[in-house]
Amino acid sequence: MSARSLTTRLIAIGGATVLIGGLAACSAGGSADTGGKVEISYLIDNGPATAATAKPLIAAFEKANPDITVKLDTRPQGTDGDNLVKTQLSTGEMADVFNYNSGSLMQALNPDNTLVDLSDQSWAKDVDPQFTKVVSTDQGMYGAPFGTSFGGAVMYNKKVYEQLGLSVPTTWDEFVANSEKIKEAGDVAPIIQTYGDTWTSQLFVLGDFANVTAQQKDWASQYTKHKETYTEEPAVAGFEHLAEGKDKDLYNEDFASATQANGLKMLAEGTGAQYPMLTNAISTIQQDSPDAVDDIGAFAIPAQDAADTRLTIWEPNGLYIPKTTEGDKLAAAKKFIAFANSSEGCKVQNDTGTPGGPYVISTCTLPSDVPPMIGDLQEYLDDGKASPALEFLSPIKGPNLEKISVQVGSGITSAAVGAEQYDQDVVQQAQQLGIKGW
Amino acid sequence: MTQVTATLTTALPPTTELSPGKAGPARKRMRSFYPAWFFIPAIALYVVFFAVPTFAGFYFSLTRWTLFDQTFIGFDNFVRFFQDPQLVSGFVHTFEYGFVTSAAKVVIGLALALLLTSPVLGRGYLRAVVFFPVLVSTIGIGITFKALMDPFHGIINGVLGAVGLPTPGWLTDPALALWSVAAVDVWKGVGIATLIFIAGIVAIPQEYFEAARVDGASSWSIFRNITLPLSRPAMGTVIILSLIGGLRSFDLIWAMTGGGPGFTSDVIASVIYKQYQAGFYGLSTAGNVVLFIVVTAIMVPISWLINRKEADL
Repeated sequence: MSARSLTTRLIAIGGATVLIGGLAACSAGGSADTGGKVEISYLIDNGPATAATAKPLIAAFEKANPDITVKLDTRPQGTDGDNLVKTQLSTGEMADVFNYNSGSLMQALNPDNTLVDLSDQSWAKDVDPQFTKVVSTDQGMYGAPFGTSFGGAVMYNKKVYEQLGLSVPTTWDEFVANSEKIKEAGDVAPIIQTYGDTWTSQLFVLGDFANVTAQQKDWASQYTKHKETYTEEPAVAGFEHLAEGKDKDLYNEDFASATQANGLKMLAEGTGAQYPMLTNAISTIQQDSPDAVDDIGAFAIPAQDAADTRLTIWEPNGLYIPKTTEGDKLAAAKKFIAFANSSEGCKVQNDTGTPGGPYVISTCTLPSDVPPMIGDLQEYLDDGKASPALEFLSPIKGPNLEKISVQVGSGITSAAVGAEQYDQDVVQQAQQLGIKGW
Repeated sequence: MTQVTATLTTALPPTTELSPGKAGPARKRMRSFYPAWFFIPAIALYVVFFAVPTFAGFYFSLTRWTLFDQTFIGFDNFVRFFQDPQLVSGFVHTFEYGFVTSAAKVVIGLALALLLTSPVLGRGYLRAVVFFPVLVSTIGIGITFKALMDPFHGIINGVLGAVGLPTPGWLTDPALALWSVAAVDVWKGVGIATLIFIAGIVAIPQEYFEAARVDGASSWSIFRNITLPLSRPAMGTVIILSLIGGLRSFDLIWAMTGGGPGFTSDVIASVIYKQYQAGFYGLSTAGNVVLFIVVTAIMVPISWLINRKEADL
């Protein structure tokens, strides 16, 4: 009996020590001023490309500002990262500067109550108004751009197109015809789909949105008011395209298990011809198969009618400061953000990453040696044939779209069922945000 | 787990019977070996880390909660949770998964236990081999089997293809995904079931077997009339443990398929987790309350049934 109670006691003490230790570790995160120097923390996602830019940026910043040190923290990507950011903001544990999505995800952070208004900063006037819109509420502008904008487009292998004598399609039927020809030719997979990374399945739907806007200008605002749905034209086209590719057997045979990295490799090697993808994926090709970068081009996901074909644009991430950053740290954090968007900061961004599209601040310009694919995207912008993705025009984005589009693209459900499921999926999101009409 | 320990402890004789001073009509204070302050740390831990979160959970399940603020909305979350289109299939998958894995663990565990209590060569080694998967992290197993079951590059299909057998998409075929995960779950969990059955079988007095053999009973009738009925307590434990584990199952499914392809291997726990991921904190809390009630509603009668039969023996 006594031996047992001793063990119990030891376990209890051990447990208590761990708990107290844990609490102490938590509170230590708050204050870290050291000898006149200000230390600020900078939170980024744990993608390798993000760190590759962040570390040299910090080094350059610390060199220019010797009295400030910047501590780099990382967070997971995707929905786990979203939750972490929300939790840290609501408990006051957020880093002094953090890098996060713009658009609907940023709106979900309750910015008026949690973020510092940056509209009075000197760089703010240089920012593209389209970007300003997606990091602002009625009460202020909360984010500075970081990185380039990018498209949701079909990345294609130009060598395959040349060998088969194909030209860039401007209508959906031409796109399907091209794909059929590639299929007849044999070895090359006409369209790459990679459901091993489920998010990649959404591109046919999300990347079609500029075409929707072209057909009906106010679709996004009507959608926010619950007056438009995905089950009807023009929006249902995205789901129909996804189903058509599967019906006509145009996808790579390992579409169900391949990952995005597999898909990009297929594209670079020419074993896959066309990949609906976010164009910032070009940086992965640059890293993994640098020789193939020049073979890659991009075109907008075609609409039914050539006149409606537009490029869907994603805005870059933003840099934000939480309201919990105060005093010296706030000043240092603002300096850091200004530095990131100065010509020096832009140089670091250009040197360390491969731009996936144009910058959204006039102080940053693309280097001369960008991949040729960026030129393809620039054409759409120059012709005024580009418009933002839905997540930058409406706060409504259902959490299950990637699963629903996997089902449609795998032939588990039909396009009509998928569209209907997605309409149900967004209801909860709209209610959570307290939007009228839902 | 808490429910299991609760069930197991109630099976023990209640401590009050040990204390002699129970005679008087006025209820005497239960005597304890320890002064009252001894219990304060334990009670504090229990209140802070169990009671408060549980009741806070019940409260938040009645709100629309964004972490930044919450609005009281009554039972709307529960209404919405039951309207979730994935919920019905989630329930079906949960029951299929829970009952199939539990049944497989009982049958295979009993068979292995019979084998490993008989005088086979390398018995100690084989017992270790059967138990080994229990020791490995579930997520690790999930990731490993995801690689092994890859339809094009996995070893399993490599071997099947080499001998001319069909090579199905274990985790990518909507009709197979849930069962592939269930098979891995059985592989991982059968060691515990075997261990419990071994303990149960070893505890049966040898005299029964000797007497039966003297009377000329066949191996089958020894199993049918001695081993099986006398290892019933062990079977009860295995059923309860594995059924609760199966109904709450999440980690292995999440690591292997993420509920996919699409929603074809979604169980209740993964539906709830996705709602949490999406930031629907009130809704996912409501889901957990529902899961808690459902598991309790299934387990209480089952454990009562099993315990009653034990008493009959």
